Amino acid sequence: MADETLDCTGLACPMPIVKLAKLAKTLSAGDTMTVTADDPGFDPDVHAWVEAQGHELTSLIEEGGVFTAVITLQ
Amino acid sequence: MGSEEGKSATIIVFSGALDKVMAGFIIATTAAAMGMEVTMFFTFWGLSALRKGGPAEGECARNWMQKMLGMMLPKRAADLPLSQLNMGGMGAGMLKTIMSQKSFSTLPELIEAAQEMEVRMIACQMSMDAMGICREELIDGVEVAGAATYVGEARDSAINLFIS
Repeated sequence: MADETLDCTGLACPMPIVKLAKLAKTLSAGDTMTVTADDPGFDPDVHAWVEAQGHELTSLIEEGGVFTAVITLQ
Repeated sequence: MGSEEGKSATIIVFSGALDKVMAGFIIATTAAAMGMEVTMFFTFWGLSALRKGGPAEGECARNWMQKMLGMMLPKRAADLPLSQLNMGGMGAGMLKTIMSQKSFSTLPELIEAAQEMEVRMIACQMSMDAMGICREELIDGVEVAGAATYVGEARDSAINLFIS
């Protein structure tokens, strides 16, 4: 089980979602991705992305405007 | 071609305005990121977004009016004007500065992301013919086709947009 990290801080919409989608393509079910982003739209957008793709948002925390999402691929 | 229902998006880019073309590419890259097959069809003014710049290349027939059109139209994505408040390019320059301060992606970066995400880009053959734009003037990876190719994709798509 791989656990990849992806730093999307400093990137605006739609790049965080584009980059995490590209990373997800290289992973398989059961792998996790930890993604950090400071795009204010990242919270709703990452929810929409996991729902559309059928993955699991294991956790999403926000600290000082930086979101950290842990996604488990299904 | 056809694809699974609800899994494809088709976008006609008719406008050659920076803001509108950017909106098209933001939706296209996002739809691709969300697992959709995306086709963009560039027609009329939208073709300018696919020109790669530099001198007019290629051997397609052009008369003097087409040569003039080719000269007056933007020669690459980075040169597109704004749909409003362009002010001879000053408005576009100001918006680009603001967008770079906010770390927005530029249009050329969005186009590159679309190519990486395997967004299918089709240049309208008839518009190219009308405007005297040759295949060689367009960026790599662009297909040249007609309306039937677009409709063939659009009839099965869940999202269908016309960017005018």
